[in-house]
Amino acid sequence: MALISDGRFIEDGWRRLAEEEALPKAGKVIVSLARLQHAIEVLGPESALGVIVPNTTEPSALIEALPRLGLVSISFPAFADGRGFSLARLLRRAGFKGELRASGRLVADQYAHAVGCGFDTIEIPDDLAERQDEEQWRAALNVYAMSYQRGYSGRGSILEARRRAARP
Amino acid sequence: MTAHDPEAMRRANAPTTTYRYDEYDAALVRERVAEFREQVRRRLAGALTEEEFRPFRLMNGLYLQLHAYMLRVAIPYGTLTARQMRRLADIADKWDKGYGHFTTRQNLQYNWPKLVDTPDILEALADVEMHAIQTSGNCIRNVTADHFAGVAPDEIEDPRPTAEFLRQWSSLHPEFSFLPRKFKIAVTGAAHDRAAIMVHDVGLRIVRNDEGEIGYQVVVGGGLGRSPFVGKVVGDFVPRRDLLAFLEAIMRVYNRFGRRDNKYKARIKILVHEKGIDDIRAAVEAEFAAMDRSVFAHDPAEFERIAGFFAPPPYESLPSDSQMLRAAKLETPAFANFADVNVGAHKIPGYAIVTVSLKPIGGVPGDASSDQMRVLAEASERFGFGELRVSHEQNIILPHVKQDDLFALWRTLDAAGLATANAGLVSDIISCPGLDYCSLATARSIPIAQAISTRFADMSRQRRIGKLGIKISGCINACGHHHVGAIGILGLEKKGQESYQITLGGDPTFSASIGEILGPGVTAEQTPDVIEHLVDFYLAEREEGEAFIDTWRRIGHARFKDVLRREGEDGADI
Repeated sequence: MALISDGRFIEDGWRRLAEEEALPKAGKVIVSLARLQHAIEVLGPESALGVIVPNTTEPSALIEALPRLGLVSISFPAFADGRGFSLARLLRRAGFKGELRASGRLVADQYAHAVGCGFDTIEIPDDLAERQDEEQWRAALNVYAMSYQRGYSGRGSILEARRRAARP
Repeated sequence: MTAHDPEAMRRANAPTTTYRYDEYDAALVRERVAEFREQVRRRLAGALTEEEFRPFRLMNGLYLQLHAYMLRVAIPYGTLTARQMRRLADIADKWDKGYGHFTTRQNLQYNWPKLVDTPDILEALADVEMHAIQTSGNCIRNVTADHFAGVAPDEIEDPRPTAEFLRQWSSLHPEFSFLPRKFKIAVTGAAHDRAAIMVHDVGLRIVRNDEGEIGYQVVVGGGLGRSPFVGKVVGDFVPRRDLLAFLEAIMRVYNRFGRRDNKYKARIKILVHEKGIDDIRAAVEAEFAAMDRSVFAHDPAEFERIAGFFAPPPYESLPSDSQMLRAAKLETPAFANFADVNVGAHKIPGYAIVTVSLKPIGGVPGDASSDQMRVLAEASERFGFGELRVSHEQNIILPHVKQDDLFALWRTLDAAGLATANAGLVSDIISCPGLDYCSLATARSIPIAQAISTRFADMSRQRRIGKLGIKISGCINACGHHHVGAIGILGLEKKGQESYQITLGGDPTFSASIGEILGPGVTAEQTPDVIEHLVDFYLAEREEGEAFIDTWRRIGHARFKDVLRREGEDGADI
């Protein structure tokens, strides 16, 4: 797996726990949604906890846990399945401040979409990272200077720029 | 063109009749071209697989068709300037085979571009403030509107500022570019629906409430394709200040809950059908209530800025009745027919709306040669403030022509083979490209349109029949809108043979209905016969001034079915 953040391939500080693997005492671990409640109960508040969720997850299933979580990873079963973008928006709206990660076969051309919807990092398989290197991911962030939409992250809003220009 | 060309001066001073890009719009379109150029390069270099490249080329209007790529150029709300029309002609000459095809969604398709040329074509489009963004793909498609916008006498408000507002909001949307399926929005601001809003994923009807405030009736879940549905009202009166937030809520509900397990059940119409409109309305309203609406709040200054571009051109003050028109009609019967059939009422006295038919008898519906495009551009400058429209009936509209100029315009059009006086008549057939071009098609549609058109070549007979919409699709995806044709024809493939299923009673307006199947399919050869018998039966049964659909509604489907049955008894194998 390769991890992209701010247009760079970086080391992943988190470790995804296999289902059969016991919860470690320390370290930044990512558990499945099914194990989340148990992990919260077992681990102390000082240990960093993350969760990986399907893109069909109802935000209400995570609301209570959000303040406790350092990372939420949303899986993309197919790169053209856009449900994860809406779920990311809803989690940010619910006040989640931690790392929001998109995990799947996303392509560099979707990077700006992901950032716009609130994702911080993208986790892709190695074969994809070989074809789409760091340069392509970095370039994808800078294709558009601004966007028409308001309320999405990453780029300046054209509407707001027009308003500023119209002001005497 | 030289520096001394007197036409150039006049062109430069032409009034604004449509939206003009500012620096931000221009930059964004250029950035999209650069991005696409890079995407093509990365595809050819292997960084993107064909599967990965596909949604991005589709979102830029590039399809892989039966014989070649097809590029679909956006003509937002169907409005074009003369300069843009000329550029479309130039592109047709340089990169295609000298013609283009106007579509039922007010776009233009080139059928023969090469993949490596498309970035240059897009660059040439960007020069004249055009693009191919979101004319395909599982995203919010090019927004369409009433082709008589701004000039129709029955209008509450010009729908184009709203459509342009939505074009911008939906362009390269971070959240809604990977939807379950395509998403089409149409807007009308008139009492009569010419934009078929009831059969769109979202249809917007501009309305005024009792307090005189402008708002939108929002219809959701209409659509054609293999499961046709008439849309249902999800918001009866959405004030303008809430429109974007309301649409954002609809899109989020659809993006999250629309089916993705089966592409044939992925449109929002299926979600609305399976969950029921009440559930969908509740979900949309809940999302609307939960979101931060301040970022979508209506910006009156921005709306006014956009609306300003659609200000009426400098009309002259004229008498409502033109003596010149009257005299020319008496003198030239062929012109009189054109004036009676292709010319419509304009809201300004002394002016008229002219429909230029792209349906010559026996021709390919919607096709225009580059020479014809140039004639149309020139005609719009001489006679119509340099503005043209594309209708969803695949014709070209000159929206502001002085009645005094109609005869001169007709002569210009006639010389270019563009004066077919059949707007709205039985030979003004809507047709998809069908098996001649399309990789999805199961049967040919253009030759069927040509055969029917030729069968009714006698124009006086056509005028006697009156307004009658025939719509032909070459497969169940229904690009030819056959479900909403008064007579619809669907080309299928049965045991290796083309078979044409005929439907009656379709209606694309506010009184929308989906056509009912007449009976077993007929062969390509039989189709013109059956259509002719249906039309003759209608002529025998109709009451004074009654349209085909009204006769059909009055006497019932069964009576028309008998026509087909009798046909079978006459020896035809149907």
